[in-house]
Amino acid sequence: MSEYVIETEKGKWEIVCGLEIHCQIISKSKIFSGAPAEFGDDANENVSFVDAAMPGMLPTLNEECVHQAIKTGLGLNAVINKYSVFSRKNYFYADSPQGYQITQFEHPIVGEGKITVDLSDGSSKDIRIERLHIEQDAAKSIHDLNPTKSYIDFNRCGVGLMEIVTKPDFRSPEEVGAFLRKLRSILRYLGTCDGNMDEGSMRCDASISVRPLGSTELRQRAEVKNVNSVKFAMQAIDSEAHRQVEIYESGGNILQQTCRFDPTTGGTKFLRFKEFSDDYRYFPEPDLPPLILSDELINKIKDELVELPDAKKSRFVNQLGLTPYDAAVICENKEVADFFETAAHGRDAKKVANWLMGDFFAMLKKKNLEIAQSPVSAENLGKLVDLITHDVISGKIAKDVFEIMAETSENPEKIVEEKGLKQVTDTSAIEAIIDSVIASNPDNVASYRAGKVNLLGWFVGQVIKRSQGKANPALVNKLLKEKL
Amino acid sequence: MSDLTSLTVAGALSKLKTREISPVDLVQAYAKKLEENKKYNAFVTLVVDDALAKAKDAEQKYLNNTNRRLEGIPLGVKDLFCTKGIRTTACSHILDNFVPPYESTVTQNLLDDGALFLGKLNMDEFAMGGSNETSYFGPVVNPWSKDVPLVAGGSSGGSAAAVAAELCAAATASDTGGSIREPSAFCGVTGIKPTYGRCSRYGIIAFASSLDQAGPICKDVTDCALLLNSMAGYDPKDSTSSKRDIPDFSSFIGQDIKGLKVGVPLEYRPDGLNPEIASYWDSAAQILKDCGAEIVNISLPHTKYALPAYYVIAPAEVSSNLARYDGVRYGLRIEGNNLDNLYISTRSEGFGTEVKRRILIGTYVLSAGYYDAYYLKAQKVRRLIKNDFDNAFQKCDVILTPTSPVEPFAIGDTKMLENPINMYLNDIFTVSVNLAGLPAMSLPIGLSHNGLPLGMQLIGRAFDEATIFKTAYHLERGANFVRM
Amino acid sequence: MAVDNDTVEKIALLAKLKVNPEKLNDTKLEFNKILNWVEELSEVNTDNVLPLASVNDETLTLRQDVVSDGHIRDNILKNAPAQEFGYFVVPKVVE
Repeated sequence: MSEYVIETEKGKWEIVCGLEIHCQIISKSKIFSGAPAEFGDDANENVSFVDAAMPGMLPTLNEECVHQAIKTGLGLNAVINKYSVFSRKNYFYADSPQGYQITQFEHPIVGEGKITVDLSDGSSKDIRIERLHIEQDAAKSIHDLNPTKSYIDFNRCGVGLMEIVTKPDFRSPEEVGAFLRKLRSILRYLGTCDGNMDEGSMRCDASISVRPLGSTELRQRAEVKNVNSVKFAMQAIDSEAHRQVEIYESGGNILQQTCRFDPTTGGTKFLRFKEFSDDYRYFPEPDLPPLILSDELINKIKDELVELPDAKKSRFVNQLGLTPYDAAVICENKEVADFFETAAHGRDAKKVANWLMGDFFAMLKKKNLEIAQSPVSAENLGKLVDLITHDVISGKIAKDVFEIMAETSENPEKIVEEKGLKQVTDTSAIEAIIDSVIASNPDNVASYRAGKVNLLGWFVGQVIKRSQGKANPALVNKLLKEKL
Repeated sequence: MSDLTSLTVAGALSKLKTREISPVDLVQAYAKKLEENKKYNAFVTLVVDDALAKAKDAEQKYLNNTNRRLEGIPLGVKDLFCTKGIRTTACSHILDNFVPPYESTVTQNLLDDGALFLGKLNMDEFAMGGSNETSYFGPVVNPWSKDVPLVAGGSSGGSAAAVAAELCAAATASDTGGSIREPSAFCGVTGIKPTYGRCSRYGIIAFASSLDQAGPICKDVTDCALLLNSMAGYDPKDSTSSKRDIPDFSSFIGQDIKGLKVGVPLEYRPDGLNPEIASYWDSAAQILKDCGAEIVNISLPHTKYALPAYYVIAPAEVSSNLARYDGVRYGLRIEGNNLDNLYISTRSEGFGTEVKRRILIGTYVLSAGYYDAYYLKAQKVRRLIKNDFDNAFQKCDVILTPTSPVEPFAIGDTKMLENPINMYLNDIFTVSVNLAGLPAMSLPIGLSHNGLPLGMQLIGRAFDEATIFKTAYHLERGANFVRM
Repeated sequence: MAVDNDTVEKIALLAKLKVNPEKLNDTKLEFNKILNWVEELSEVNTDNVLPLASVNDETLTLRQDVVSDGHIRDNILKNAPAQEFGYFVVPKVVE
């Protein structure tokens, strides 16, 4: 358990937080129309009559969106509901051309599930999922083109969304952060959502309340809308919780309200109280019969499911001998995990993991590259580790070779060959260098022989330096001891 | 040339095929009739020139024997059907000048079969009304009117009046609570509302999506079969459209009904039922009996609750379906200093009294705290009503009832206007059918002592329009009703 | 469940409709008349009755995930009462 307590002079408080995450479904067409599910194009280009809610238009459900939701449900260890129903959520807004959103209310496609999150203190915690339902995304309004007008673009309108709702299981911002990263990782593994919060393809709303530590009551909560990064979500929860504690401690009360996170201040900004207009008048969507799923379909999707981060992580720990921490870091991103598996294939996985998490990540960070753009391929990283393992080069030389690989994308074997960086394992060559070092440092030789044995390190360094780093350190050690 | 307009669709087709008449003659005859009969206010938009141009193509098709099944037949289209390039308003101010860039599936099917459109037909605003008096373009005048202008019924008043007055060969219509059958009865013509799901709702401006169904209004039963053959069919663009095979409805015309069980529901004969209507009902039963059918008493015990259930469910769907009319993407817009004012001004100005009444009721019954008491309760009663029919159809094959408890009344009738419920009660024999999703036809049975047409209704099992057509043909022959 | 003026106004607000103050009372009376009438439903015993949202016996048919629509901007904007630079235009929305 990670302890997170807001402690003031007056008392100790804990937070109770639940999340609703909207995830854009990866599909070619929209959830209820055949228009492209892309929105980078010119305004209103990717819009059908259905999306623009023209009179007499009817929704037709995209099969892929259903499959993606099932896949995600399975990834959340959740129940797949074979009977689900679409409902209309009625509200007027510029981004809602129908005057309602087609969503699922009483009967969502996915029921209860859970995600296990790993926390910094080495513990882990299960966050329960309440449901996942599918619905249509809203249009986008552009407010900054004209001082008195807003412009509406329906390109995003009707793109499929999965709304994932958690139970109010979060007790710290850290848990929220760990959950969002884990969820994103699962979605990316599954290929059901790209998880890019900064681009809005994954959007998080958090419900936050506080209560005296040890109490089990649930107090009035505030909802923080549309937080667009993991870091902001953690900040928003922290600052909102502190705001509420302050209000309670000064004798005030929290009213049910909606806030927005303001990244410039790091605090939450009041938007509005829960109103009468929030009466969404849900009722079953008469244009769509209930969605019935067969066991056959669910099982087929289950069979085709990719290995998820948790399973991969335990395999890396149990079969490849990685530490749980290393395995967790490597498995968070499927591309990294895949890269690692390729690089580690038939090699010492721990050594590969060290290289990956050390010099390799540092190089990507320095060059500001995604793993897919890495100049060093997984095969070449593996070969580099081979060169070290087989005593062809030393670890120190390997670092130089890696630098060259990062610049040239070359095969390390070729670099070592061309630059003549092969480790010297020829005993006579090393002995010659040792002899010359001994000859030119009589004082140190005398001190060593007089008992100052820790000078051995200095001698090793001198020999390797004179060999331009190519002498095998173990061999140098052994021969030096004999000679001295 | 007026005898050309008296031809039924079947009659016209046979003369067209023998080249006794040409499509151009036919369109010109209707054009003349339209010119002479503007007093009925049946059409709100005319595209006669376009029809004439297409009639020339049709003529060519007959000449080279490539004519399709409705080649050159001039139709009227209820203004609820979106017609590409032809103004479509649902007879509401809020859709002023809306020109759809798309075609409804039903009208596309008719076009694909060679039909021609003369124009768009008047109707109650958004099909809400039973007298065509809620139309933004004013009421339709019943062609049977004597001294006082009478209502044509609603909501498809324009369709029924135009067919009765021979202003088009047949018309499309729609029925949510009786909107095909009641005006058909009032105007002495024949109309069928097929089973929910038979005709695609794509491109038909939605009133109450779980109840709306398109169908034809024609001069007789045979024409209804011809039109429905063309209009019906599975449409992937409407998720509620049925995949069941469409039989050739014309093939049932003339089949005998020996041994057929015709149910007569006790609950449709309340104490105060108009004796003239009751007596026609008896004679209709006798006609069928004389043709070899067996009359059986049946019970539909929840009949009394059909109207209250309907006036919860339909307005609920209305409140949501009509939310898209907000002045942003099409139709009327009354500017406001902010978005909310724009919405409120546009909608308050654009919708008529009855539509606003239903939006308010519908908003209320779905709102927090009332959903269970009204909407959910009504849905449960809806199931009981459907169960009633399921039970009744254990005992009979088709049900015979009057279409309306009243004969056509005067435009501006104070009793109807002072209390909307009085108007709603006119749908007492028709709404149950929509709640249960069943097919039903209204056909003329005779004239009242005031010389006004009265209609009989035949209700079939779901997807058994066949039995309705079989039975209706015999009833039509027996009644020997003389059209205007 | 009698509805008062205040509720009528709130409902109108939800529906984005304006009820003129001078018509508020009449609207309320009519509203109550209709509600009283539909409340006949409460006479019906619906214990153990499942609600019926749709008579449709079809199961939901799914559409294949192919791009088959879009790139019809002119037609999307054709009927717009106000448009600029390919966008629909509304009075400034402040969040």
